[in-house]
Amino acid sequence: MSAVLASGALAADGGGFVTPGPVDFWQPLIGNGDYALTRPAIVLVLSVGVLAWFFVSVGRRLSLVPGKSQFVAEGVYGLVRNSLARDIIGSKDFLKFVPMLLTMFLMILLNNLAGVIPFVQFPSFSRIGFPIALTLVVYVVYQTVAFRRKGFLGYMKSLVPPGVPGWLRPLMFLLEFITYFISRPVSLALRLFGNMFAGHLLLLIFTVGGEYLLLHGAPAIKVSGVISFAFAIVMSFFEVLVEFLQAYIFTLLAALYIAGAVADEH
Amino acid sequence: MTGNITLLAYGLAAIGPGIGVGLIFAAYINGVARQPESRSMLQTIAFTGFALTEFLALLGLVFAFVFNGLKP
Repeated sequence: MSAVLASGALAADGGGFVTPGPVDFWQPLIGNGDYALTRPAIVLVLSVGVLAWFFVSVGRRLSLVPGKSQFVAEGVYGLVRNSLARDIIGSKDFLKFVPMLLTMFLMILLNNLAGVIPFVQFPSFSRIGFPIALTLVVYVVYQTVAFRRKGFLGYMKSLVPPGVPGWLRPLMFLLEFITYFISRPVSLALRLFGNMFAGHLLLLIFTVGGEYLLLHGAPAIKVSGVISFAFAIVMSFFEVLVEFLQAYIFTLLAALYIAGAVADEH
Repeated sequence: MTGNITLLAYGLAAIGPGIGVGLIFAAYINGVARQPESRSMLQTIAFTGFALTEFLALLGLVFAFVFNGLKP
């Protein structure tokens, strides 16, 4: 839909081809400026609603022989619980992090898939604010757990890997400190944002460019417009793959960071 | 000819991560082919490595847009 909006603006201009850019991701629906109800916000609220409705309706009528929706719910829960939480955090204290990881995985997955669902078609994590908020949750959780488990001094001590010679310790401490406190959250947020942003921009360029070539090009060029549209469809399927992968990777890294926090001291 | 040099720079910057991601998955496939039962363990390692490598390409993407806005 965003592609349609952009191309609509383009047709209204009647001018040359306007390359889609970051501007196309700012889509306020009500109001503008600092306090606006934007399209990604609506998508996020929608996804939370769908998720809550799905799990409440599945949870109400649980049966010993699972139906279709219960099978899906159990499959997703099993994936996050067993292959993400238990294998990474360890069987001792993984269980209390499962709700967070499951919610996180499904929320990211649903919001990412919104990028290719017709009429929704906006991955809300392509606005940097959303991944930052999600990363903040992970950050607070794994730092709090680490401080509680190891204490302040213990945590600082555990940053330096064992077996490092004495003269290298300050340098290692500095590097590890930057890793734990700065580059981990930054990379977590930027990875999700970058993937969603770049992927959606790619689709946007193929569709808007295809439309322009098809409508405004010479007859020979119209063929390349068709090819561009075909590529947009192919890339949409690739996007679905990337969206699954990013939801998985975000949850995987969150679990890894928590695992580092709950790990016993060396 | 007009355009933005950051796009060209991003293309160059993506070469490294591209090779890196290829190496990681080549090693992962090799490992699983030799020892199929180690798959679940290797999967975590492979995707962690993939995430770290891919981040370099994304840094390039972000910087391409950041430096795009800086007019000399």
